[in-house]
Amino acid sequence: MNGNFDVIVVGGGHAGCEAAAAAARLGAATALLTHKRATIGEMSCNPAIGGLGKGHLVREIDALDGVMGRVADAAGIQFRLLNRSKGPAVRGPRAQADRKLYREAMQAALAAQPDLEIVEGAATALIIENGAVSGIKISDGRELRAKAVVLTTGTFLNGLIHIGEKQIPAGRVGEAPALGLSGQLAAAGLQLGRLKTGTPARLDGKTINWSILEEQKGDDPPVPFSFLTTRITTPQIACFITSTTARTHEIIAANIGRSPLYSGQISGTGPRYCPSIEDKIHRFKDKTSHQIFLEPEGLDDDTVYPNGISTSLPEDVQEAFIHSMPGLEQVRIIRPGYAIEYDYVDPRELGHDLQVKKLPGLYLAGQINGTTGYEEAGAQGLLAGINAARSAGGSGPALFDRADGYLGVMVDDLVMRGVSEPYRMFTSRAEYRLALRADNADQRLTPKGIALGVVGPARAKAFAARMEAIAAARNVARESLMTSSALAKLGVRVNQDGRSRNAMELIAMPDVGLERVEQLWPALAALPSFAKEALEADALYSGYMDRQEAEIAALRKDEGIAIPTGLDYFAIPSLSMELRQKLSRAQPGTLAQAARVEGMTPAGLACLLGHIKKPRAKQVA
Amino acid sequence: MTAALPTTIFALSSGQGRAGVAVLRVSGPQAGKVVEILAAPIPKPRKAALRKIRHPNGEIIDEGLVLWFPAPGSATGEDLAEFHVHGAPAVVRLLIEVLSAQEGLRLAEPGEFSRRAFANGKLDLVEVEGLADLLNAQGEAQRRLAMRQFLGEASAVYERWRGDVITALGLHEAAIDFSDEDDVAAKALEAARPVIGGLVAELRNALEKSSQNAAIRSGLRLVIAGPPNAGKSSLLNALAGREAAIVSPIAGTTRDVVEAQIMFEGLPLTLADTAGLREGSGDVIEQMGMARAQSEARDADILIWVSAPDAAEKVGPPRKPDLLVENKADLDSIRSRNDSALLVSTKTGFGLNRLREVLKNLIHVKLAGAEDAIVVRQRHVLAVEESIRLLNKCLGESGRAAELVAEDLRGAARALGSITGHVDVEDLLGKIFSEFCIGK
Ligand SMILES: Cc1cc2nc3c(=O)[nH]c(=O)nc-3n(C[C@H](O)[C@H](O)[C@H](O)COP(=O)(O)OP(=O)(O)OC[C@H]3O[C@@H](n4cnc5c(N)ncnc54)[C@H](O)[C@@H]3O)c2cc1C
Repeated sequence: MNGNFDVIVVGGGHAGCEAAAAAARLGAATALLTHKRATIGEMSCNPAIGGLGKGHLVREIDALDGVMGRVADAAGIQFRLLNRSKGPAVRGPRAQADRKLYREAMQAALAAQPDLEIVEGAATALIIENGAVSGIKISDGRELRAKAVVLTTGTFLNGLIHIGEKQIPAGRVGEAPALGLSGQLAAAGLQLGRLKTGTPARLDGKTINWSILEEQKGDDPPVPFSFLTTRITTPQIACFITSTTARTHEIIAANIGRSPLYSGQISGTGPRYCPSIEDKIHRFKDKTSHQIFLEPEGLDDDTVYPNGISTSLPEDVQEAFIHSMPGLEQVRIIRPGYAIEYDYVDPRELGHDLQVKKLPGLYLAGQINGTTGYEEAGAQGLLAGINAARSAGGSGPALFDRADGYLGVMVDDLVMRGVSEPYRMFTSRAEYRLALRADNADQRLTPKGIALGVVGPARAKAFAARMEAIAAARNVARESLMTSSALAKLGVRVNQDGRSRNAMELIAMPDVGLERVEQLWPALAALPSFAKEALEADALYSGYMDRQEAEIAALRKDEGIAIPTGLDYFAIPSLSMELRQKLSRAQPGTLAQAARVEGMTPAGLACLLGHIKKPRAKQVA
Repeated sequence: MTAALPTTIFALSSGQGRAGVAVLRVSGPQAGKVVEILAAPIPKPRKAALRKIRHPNGEIIDEGLVLWFPAPGSATGEDLAEFHVHGAPAVVRLLIEVLSAQEGLRLAEPGEFSRRAFANGKLDLVEVEGLADLLNAQGEAQRRLAMRQFLGEASAVYERWRGDVITALGLHEAAIDFSDEDDVAAKALEAARPVIGGLVAELRNALEKSSQNAAIRSGLRLVIAGPPNAGKSSLLNALAGREAAIVSPIAGTTRDVVEAQIMFEGLPLTLADTAGLREGSGDVIEQMGMARAQSEARDADILIWVSAPDAAEKVGPPRKPDLLVENKADLDSIRSRNDSALLVSTKTGFGLNRLREVLKNLIHVKLAGAEDAIVVRQRHVLAVEESIRLLNKCLGESGRAAELVAEDLRGAARALGSITGHVDVEDLLGKIFSEFCIGK
């Protein structure tokens, strides 16, 4: 059987699902080729979506009509808005998901998507013709053809699992790795590297002594991810907290030499911000206890995910140290934790559209690009899917810059700077953080999505309604006025200057805030919560937005100074050799991008600018 | 090779006009070829060699020292040659003619040597500015200050300051991005405060020194004021060593401010003689002169109040003078009205050496510490002031949103970074390079 498609997406993980759905939304005839239909939407590690920085990405995916937000809303069993006590720019929605519900919701979402066909099978090779990628070979001998291919193979490329001294070639536990593809990519001249990540053991909830553990409840009411979700209907559960003990630390310290991380058996670099428990204990010796969150993996699933003890120690050591923690004395371990090493492609091989520069027609998204996390994968998948479909349809790339959203920040970081450890999103990576909020992701991106054709009519309509509601809320807030003496009578401390204050001014005052203001004006309290959040951001950041907007304008100006493609940096003699090499490799498309190349100096930038602005007429032979 | 090479530039690097030695510099890919044509063989790198310098037609132009600095180990980062020849204008003119005639060579544009040094990463912005000052430096104190900037000491300090802000920022960012992890947030914020506090103190201190610096860069203004006919103009002339101001026995001869520029102790001084101050005068012009005298005296870096036994002093100084001088010590009627006043006679020269001595001390006190100043230019001052303002916001009001505190820290890092050129490069360059003068 030979298939012909516009776009083939390889991999049914978080990147692949978004890529396939986005390409199909744009009307491209799309195939999603993945090992098993049943593992589509599988959460390989922690059954949770969102968080700080990551929650922003989910909202952005949703703003472009992606699937992750809606699926997480259907599967979420405990929602928490992180940093709730801080301002709206750094709040991050997070939810723990029922692993099975998540898979089911994702599979249902894809099944409902027109123009999308799911094909089971393992991709073994790319079909490369005339230097461009034009299809995929499957292990059973079939070939699929397409104008563009998106690879989203996650941790599967030459995946190798480590449990203590044991090594098992695998993509995830119990699943075979993908062996041929990375060799083919390397042969095409792409720079590959090796990274590592880990996952903790899974515990049997029936054998945990819950009664002695501290409970952690979710938010009530839960804050959903999707701009389209009005209410969470899935039943909500609580999590529990235990912690490591002196005994735990002793056991791990005594056996640290048996961890493949320390025995030198693992060569890949792991993430500093998500260290294994042996790393934490080794590096932070003065810390005598670490919090461990016990997160149920599902409503009708007794599996518990112990968040905070990812490890690759041998099974007997895992047994011993897990049993040394309160509540886990008698726990049954369902599956040991493990570390996995895998190949990734240096993302500097990609353009801002996530297309491989050396292999036109091929797009990469997700963990294959050196990132970690479902949200990072999903956002890249969305972008790669859009661009693959556009290229298949003969349109130019659709790009997002650092002022558009976290998606733009992430892609720019990846393709301009590369990675030295698995890349995860943080709010601190966004220089325009106050403007790029989870609450305004739709305002930032949905209009662009509508213009690109990736946003459907239902969302477009909902978006318009939301915008109207926010505009109306702004009017209400401006017109909610009270004199200083009236405020004083109600116990709100302001200067007694006889001047009236409006609700916006009061929200901005640190010791007043939104909640108190809602008590003053029932009309404000009655507004929908998203509108209130918009008001809060307006009020809180008003003094800063002008400046941030000026910076964004400056960025866009530099983004507007194009660097001719294929510019020969070695012909700019005043650039240092090091910068010539780095720039040649990065091939920045604009001056702003060049500024972000690692090691770039102001002097180098000045030379480059000089070179682009007045190309030398005289060439000295 | 098809790559575009920069043209090779040259310039007379020593001053214009008659001088003992003239230095010509040639920088760029052709520099080596030029040495081969004019003064073969090429000397050992960075070693002076005595060579006959010949016209390409074989004629000897001069004998002089030739130095060869191959790239990248040169001031510009390019191949660079120096010809030290006799300073006779005829020799210099002929050499410039010969160099101009070489293919691929041209006379450097203003600031072009420094621009190339900057472009090759030999200098950062503060160093470039330091070099500009160095080239314009008139006095020894100015030269030392410029040297510090040029040598990169100042840049190192700016980088350290920026590093401190980044440290504090990192801690705040951690409190935001890792707030869900145990005790990270509280610890981080606790650690950030002393870093910010210490930095603010250091920046303030640096700003204080900067006003002294400004004096070194532009020179001090010394104002001579006092009652009419006390001999203020004579004192100016005595200090200037020439007849800069008109002197007459008629009270009120000086009606406007008369200035003289002098070098004093390696420092440029502007001497300003002002109209004598007295009560009431029907003359509008004199009134205006007196008003100017008052304001000059108030704004002076150093105010010398001159009195004399025969000059009626009805109006006192508008502010406490730095130095009291009693002129006309030669007059018989001398009776010191003020013990603290320094007795001089501009007529006989009595006390003038002592006056110079006292002035020297006064200037040293005024400028103490100025030479190790970091914040020198107005651009630096503004950036440091902006960072202090933002850092103070971070220390002030508790209960501010964490992301706004972080935003202020980001702003402070940007402001400090802008001094050495970490951001806003494009805008700065034109300004900085326009301060350069060719051939120095
Ligand atoms: C052990 C482990 C621990 C992790 N720990 C963390 C963590 O602590 N924190 C965190 O943020 N993230 C963690 N992750 C990462 C997170 O799971 C991934 O970042 C995310 O799932 C990546 O999404 P993806 O779409 O790129 O790839 P995946 O979700 O891995 O999906 C890959 C998909 O491609 C399919 N596939 C692969 N090769 C082929 C082929 N040749 N042919 C057909 N189909 C193929 C697979 O079947 C799978 O469906 C961990 C992952 C693993 C495996």
